Amino acid sequence: MFKDKKVIALGERDGVPGPLIAECMEAAGAEVVFQKTECFV
Amino acid sequence: MTPVLRAASNILVHAPDLVRYGSKCFREIASQGESFSRKLSGRIRSYENAVAYPPNQVFIGNLPPESLTGMPSPWHGHPIPDASSKGPFGEILPQESFYPLLQRADQFGLVMLDSDKLPLSGFASNAASALVPEGAPGPSHKTADILRGIESGESIPLEHAGALVGCVRRDHDADESLDARVLLENLAAKASGAYALSRLLVQEKIESGQVEYIISCSEEAVGDRYNRGGGNLAKAIGEMAGCQNAAGVDVKAFCAAPVYALIHAAALIRAGVVRNAVVVGGGSMAKLGMKAHQHIAKELPVLEDILGGVAFFLNSDEDEGPRVNLDIAGRHEVGRPSSPQGMVEALVCDPLERAGRKICDIDKYAVELHNPEVMLPAGAGDVAMTNYRTLAAVAVMRGEIDRGDIPDFIESHGMPGFAPTQGHIPAGVPYLGHALAGMRAGTLNSTMLVAKGSLFLGRMTQQADGASVVVEV
Repeated sequence: MFKDKKVIALGERDGVPGPLIAECMEAAGAEVVFQKTECFV
Repeated sequence: MTPVLRAASNILVHAPDLVRYGSKCFREIASQGESFSRKLSGRIRSYENAVAYPPNQVFIGNLPPESLTGMPSPWHGHPIPDASSKGPFGEILPQESFYPLLQRADQFGLVMLDSDKLPLSGFASNAASALVPEGAPGPSHKTADILRGIESGESIPLEHAGALVGCVRRDHDADESLDARVLLENLAAKASGAYALSRLLVQEKIESGQVEYIISCSEEAVGDRYNRGGGNLAKAIGEMAGCQNAAGVDVKAFCAAPVYALIHAAALIRAGVVRNAVVVGGGSMAKLGMKAHQHIAKELPVLEDILGGVAFFLNSDEDEGPRVNLDIAGRHEVGRPSSPQGMVEALVCDPLERAGRKICDIDKYAVELHNPEVMLPAGAGDVAMTNYRTLAAVAVMRGEIDRGDIPDFIESHGMPGFAPTQGHIPAGVPYLGHALAGMRAGTLNSTMLVAKGSLFLGRMTQQADGASVVVEV
């Protein structure tokens, strides 16, 4: 599903952090072009 | 010696005319000009509405957190009738009483107020009044002098009820750490922190000279260009509150700092270094109006119009309160994952397991208690509920509760968020006033404070952080 797709991974402090999303996406064959974790508090 | 939590105080400062200096609003005004400023002004609440706002009444102790669950929503549309600005462990200060505290906090001629425009006809609070023992916070300045500084670009205006009443000036023309808005941010943290400490001392009839040590968990980076964030706001706050015999230091750990500060204070008492300590946190001006653009777009009031502050008194007299149990203090080690599950395991499961306890053994968990009515319209989620769901899910995974018990677990071990979105202020600790009342009444035995910090915001690491500790009878 994600193989050879370019991915922007946006994480959230009280949800899933950006680096973890990126790790999953890369394991699924995607290219993570940008990842960041945001905090809204 | 056993560290004991003797007292807690929570304060709020209604600061509608400082919202424009919050980081987000300041940038919006810079890019959109007066059109955003007008929209902002049109959505600002009155002091009376801020006092009657149900979450604010919970914050100062006039209502229990659980009362919010049954209240009609939106809360801002259902003010509490005859609401008082004073509560059993907190109070709400109007802006016209806060500006003089800003001037009193300033020792360098940075804050200029025109007393003809903002006459000081007595403070709305004994705690605020105690910070200005001379009766006047400083000299009055002429409007012409105030305008001259603003027009030259050295000063930023202080307004109240649509009128210019003063200004704050920079203290160096090339040092961005001493820029007028940065200094106002730092003075707001100092003045609101001192107000929280003064409220604590007045409320508990503690002589200011008794305080031996102060730890500030405020967020502001006090310093100049060579030591941005150099700190020790603690001593500045202690001086303003008249704590002549106290030493002090700051603890910085983003939003987790208040829980770290409590652990450090309790550890100093247990080790016998000091006999008592205060933990204090002043308000964050930068976070005023953080989500105002989204509140305005949804035609809501600007709910982030209020500075928060907290103060706690710890000592070693076991007759005077519940203990801070350092044997159940959680830490998030560097090698731990920053995932929600990883945080709960590090901050809740591990310390409880070391003490032979289970998740369900703790009566109440005080997690990040951000007011959901501020968060949800901005698409930022119900932070408290998200944390309770994760905690409940971990309890299911550990076989402590069944999946179907999750709603009951959240209801009995959690609470709705009620704190202003002031970063460190919602970090579990605003519940301590309620917890002390419950423990003294015999209705609560234990609470665990669980705070998290977004270290990644400073771009030095991708990690998150957290700290936890149990307070119990």
